[in-house]
Amino acid sequence: MACGATLSAAAAGPSPTPSLLNPASTPAHDIYHLSLFVIAICLGIFIVVFSLIVYAAVKYRKRPTDDDHEPPQIYGSNQVELAWTVIPILIVVVLFLAAARVIHAVEDAQFPPNAIEVTAVGHQFWWEFQYPGYGFVTANELHVPVSNPAHPTPTHIVLLSADTDHSFWVPQLAGKIDLIPNRRNEMWIDPHDVGHYVGQCAQYCGTQHAKMLLNVMVDSPEDFEKWTQQQKTPAVMSDQVVAGRKVFETNACMNCHTITGTIANGKFGPDLTHLMSRTTIASGAAPNTQQNLLLWVKEPDAIKPGCLMPAMQFDEQDTNAVVAYLMSLH
Amino acid sequence: MFDAQPMPRPMVTTAEQESSRPLVQVLHDWIITVDHKRLGLMYFSYGIVFLVIGGVEATIMRAQLAVANNHLVSPEVFNRLFTMHGTTMIFFAAMPIVFGFANYFVPLMIGARDMAFPRLNAWGFWMSALGGIILYFSFIGGFGLYGAGSAPDVGWFAYAPLTSPAFSVGHSTDYWIVGLLVSGFGSIATALNVMTTILCMRCPGMKLGRMPLFVWMNTVMAGLVLVAIGPLTAAQLMLLIDRYLGGHFFDTQAGGSAVIWMHFFWIFGHPEVYILVLPAFAIVSEVIPVFSRKPIFGYSIMVAATVSIGFISLGVWAHHMFTVGMTSYANAFFVASTAAIAVPTGIKIFNWVGTMWGGKIIYKTPMLFCVAFLCQFLIAGLTGIMLATAPFDWQLGNSYFVVAHFHYVILGGIVMAVFAGSYYWYPKVLGKMMNETLGKWHFWLFVIGFHLTFDFMHVPGLLGMPRRVYTYEASRGWEIWNLIVSIGVIFQIIGILLWVADVIWSYYKGEIAGNDPWDAWTLEWHTTSPPPEYNYAEIPVIRSRRPLWDLKHPEDPDWKYE
Amino acid sequence: MPLSANLRGKVGMWCLIIAESAIFSIFVVAYLYYAGKSLSGPTPAQVLDVPYFTSICLFSSSLTILLAEKALHHGNVKRFGVFWFLTIALGVIFLIGTGREWYRLIYQDGLTISTNLFGTTFYSLVGLHAFHVTVGLIGLTVIWLFTLFGAVKQEHSERINVFAMYWHFVDAIWVVVLSVVYFITR
Repeated sequence: MACGATLSAAAAGPSPTPSLLNPASTPAHDIYHLSLFVIAICLGIFIVVFSLIVYAAVKYRKRPTDDDHEPPQIYGSNQVELAWTVIPILIVVVLFLAAARVIHAVEDAQFPPNAIEVTAVGHQFWWEFQYPGYGFVTANELHVPVSNPAHPTPTHIVLLSADTDHSFWVPQLAGKIDLIPNRRNEMWIDPHDVGHYVGQCAQYCGTQHAKMLLNVMVDSPEDFEKWTQQQKTPAVMSDQVVAGRKVFETNACMNCHTITGTIANGKFGPDLTHLMSRTTIASGAAPNTQQNLLLWVKEPDAIKPGCLMPAMQFDEQDTNAVVAYLMSLH
Repeated sequence: MFDAQPMPRPMVTTAEQESSRPLVQVLHDWIITVDHKRLGLMYFSYGIVFLVIGGVEATIMRAQLAVANNHLVSPEVFNRLFTMHGTTMIFFAAMPIVFGFANYFVPLMIGARDMAFPRLNAWGFWMSALGGIILYFSFIGGFGLYGAGSAPDVGWFAYAPLTSPAFSVGHSTDYWIVGLLVSGFGSIATALNVMTTILCMRCPGMKLGRMPLFVWMNTVMAGLVLVAIGPLTAAQLMLLIDRYLGGHFFDTQAGGSAVIWMHFFWIFGHPEVYILVLPAFAIVSEVIPVFSRKPIFGYSIMVAATVSIGFISLGVWAHHMFTVGMTSYANAFFVASTAAIAVPTGIKIFNWVGTMWGGKIIYKTPMLFCVAFLCQFLIAGLTGIMLATAPFDWQLGNSYFVVAHFHYVILGGIVMAVFAGSYYWYPKVLGKMMNETLGKWHFWLFVIGFHLTFDFMHVPGLLGMPRRVYTYEASRGWEIWNLIVSIGVIFQIIGILLWVADVIWSYYKGEIAGNDPWDAWTLEWHTTSPPPEYNYAEIPVIRSRRPLWDLKHPEDPDWKYE
Repeated sequence: MPLSANLRGKVGMWCLIIAESAIFSIFVVAYLYYAGKSLSGPTPAQVLDVPYFTSICLFSSSLTILLAEKALHHGNVKRFGVFWFLTIALGVIFLIGTGREWYRLIYQDGLTISTNLFGTTFYSLVGLHAFHVTVGLIGLTVIWLFTLFGAVKQEHSERINVFAMYWHFVDAIWVVVLSVVYFITR
């Protein structure tokens, strides 16, 4: 049945469907196993109690052949009450202990010294990712190295917010934790399989909450090394797009965006230094193509209505030039 | 000994007499009324009107979400819809309905002639009504001043700092604040009235241990209102101070805390859901015994469980905040308290089943809804247990699983109990029986629609779909589930329309009910249908929990066994 | 059970007191939570002086209202009027004192509700209390005017008791606010 195929954890590893039943990282695994345990207990309770309800509803219905005498008027039974108080208490204690164990395992985990440090800053409606250990800042696509369970290299993520509340949720990798202004939260992941994991913001943050998507690229150690090296370099300065760079630097673009090595150093919008290293724009809202970049610069509301990127009101020539420049930022 | 008293003729005018009076006079009487029965009807009707409005908002949202990347409504409109839907349903549909039942039946069930403070009762109703009007005025008035905005779009729990002047420009959020502030005062007034009435105006012989469970549960509800609405009022005053007087209660840039809003809100918000569900338990606790032809199983335990639920509910609030980054100890505490509340709640389900056990169950419409309530509330409670285990909530929180869970409680539990109560008490209130055939059609259509929508709604949550999103990516595998969820809405709409039709049709064409069409046992069935304005010519004197059983079975009265 | 109007009044007033206490508790919690967390601006130790005199006045007004209640209970309307008026006078002194304190804080010390977290929580909590004192004074004054016209008699003593419960509640809140604001966190 379609439902079974979707829900079963048949294929381990990344999936376009961000199912919590398909964990690929230790916190998600711990939660998944706890969830199976809890679901099993709840299913057991359901079967017992539901059967009792149905049995009572069917067996004790008034039959047409019944006389009009009232049935025996029973007021209660202390033994029965005791039984069905004690058993639930025991179940509750068991559930509490199971949950407490996982809470401790996830929240109080100690990180090995080789953990990758990332600071995620939530914005309306995009993600900023800082790699303090490497000295660069990027946006919207989070790259982390795959973690070998034998020699784990987890990624420790500190969660901050620049404006209002957000929540980082990539179900296959971990439970969600909120990004709250004036508060430092943290989480960790140690993905076991290379690939592309998806998620999105899970705390209502305004008009475009729905399209504040998350794309986590889990790389092999070599690919991660290559990626960080590339991200550390300043922006490509190509002579062929000087006109576009001028448009960028002499208009409001440079006030919101940073392109390292240029005078653009705005913090309000995503860092564009290596824009073309990302597969999507607008925090996952559209694929990173020339057509979409042109549309984004001209009319952002066509892609993400209500987002905070303004329509730049450039003429045709300037739009083409600035997009050509953006497309040079590998 | 319960006195058999001569039945007075109803003082309320008949439909024919009503129609001969000028409309203005009729309306005037209703507007100035302080009679608890009329106020109860007004509360209930007000709640039903907003239930329908909230339902329209939900229908539009489900139409938008039926397919991925839909463009039926803009994100701005969608965000206003879910904010208004949640706020409307909790404050202007569910609470008025709950107060309506309490207002109408508490005095009757305790043998009193009215509430303790009839004029305060009226004031409370009109304040609640005004609150709803203020909130909905935002749709029009929002744009009255240049750039002032429209209906609020901050979600029904209005998290800071989204509600700060920086992120919530214009006045839309202020309509949310003021509308709820005003109706909050009305709620406190009503709760005060219910509590005082129950504590002070019970008829002779009605010790606390002889009150109907309906009355007990509304007592605990009233207590919760008194304790829980205050935190919301306080938080809203703080938000107004932030928005208008430059305060910094929730101003994160000045060192304020966004999390403290959450604490204050949920200290209100969690008891609030018990304020809504206890009256549903109250209805079910009256209907199931009558239609099973047995007394409630374990009356004392039911009372103890209810009171425990009331107390424990004040200590579970941060299970709405498991993802906020509290320490492992705080998270563990709230897992424990939340799981603990499952124990008295489960006990109640068992006691209801115990009432049916060994009975001679009559499946008229009220009982059908009660059986559905039992099954559905069981499931809702179990998904609640799942959410209570914090790590599981780290995945499921703020997802469609939570949305499915609480709609299961509210629609599968509370609304079904309200329907049961409406079919059960309509004969008492309006003197006519409702139509059984229409009732059964309503029941089955609504149950089918409910399950189509809310059973399948759990799946997108498990598959990673967060709540409050106006659209979603087609690649995530959520579309088929959303479509099924949306289709279920159609059946529910038809079911509710049938109910409304039944309510209207039965008023004119229904069979005359008489005093006691269900052969029930609580005091309201001992007066006429509808009751006279003064309820009882002589205040009854009672000796047991089921005074009418004693009257009908003088050879085997309850007071011998209690 | 007799349908005692007085019992209803008392129970009703207790319900109101419970609800109001819930509101005040949240403001107290906010005050405590934010104590010491202001990013700038004057601190409590720098600008707050314990309002001994006005507090004594307010607490004494609970005594005078109690004496008024007792007087009316015994049928002495004149004595009732005197103590009732004293209660109002003491309450008014409290409000004037609060007003003067706020004037100094705003114009001399530069502390307003928007200055910092301390300012916000201080004026809100003390202001909420002062609002309740004002409402109480309005009620007290109305009753006092009724007394002047001879409308208040011994048979109203139970209703006066119910109203006085509110005034005692306002005083009790001041015990909490005084302790929290002027002693514990200063």
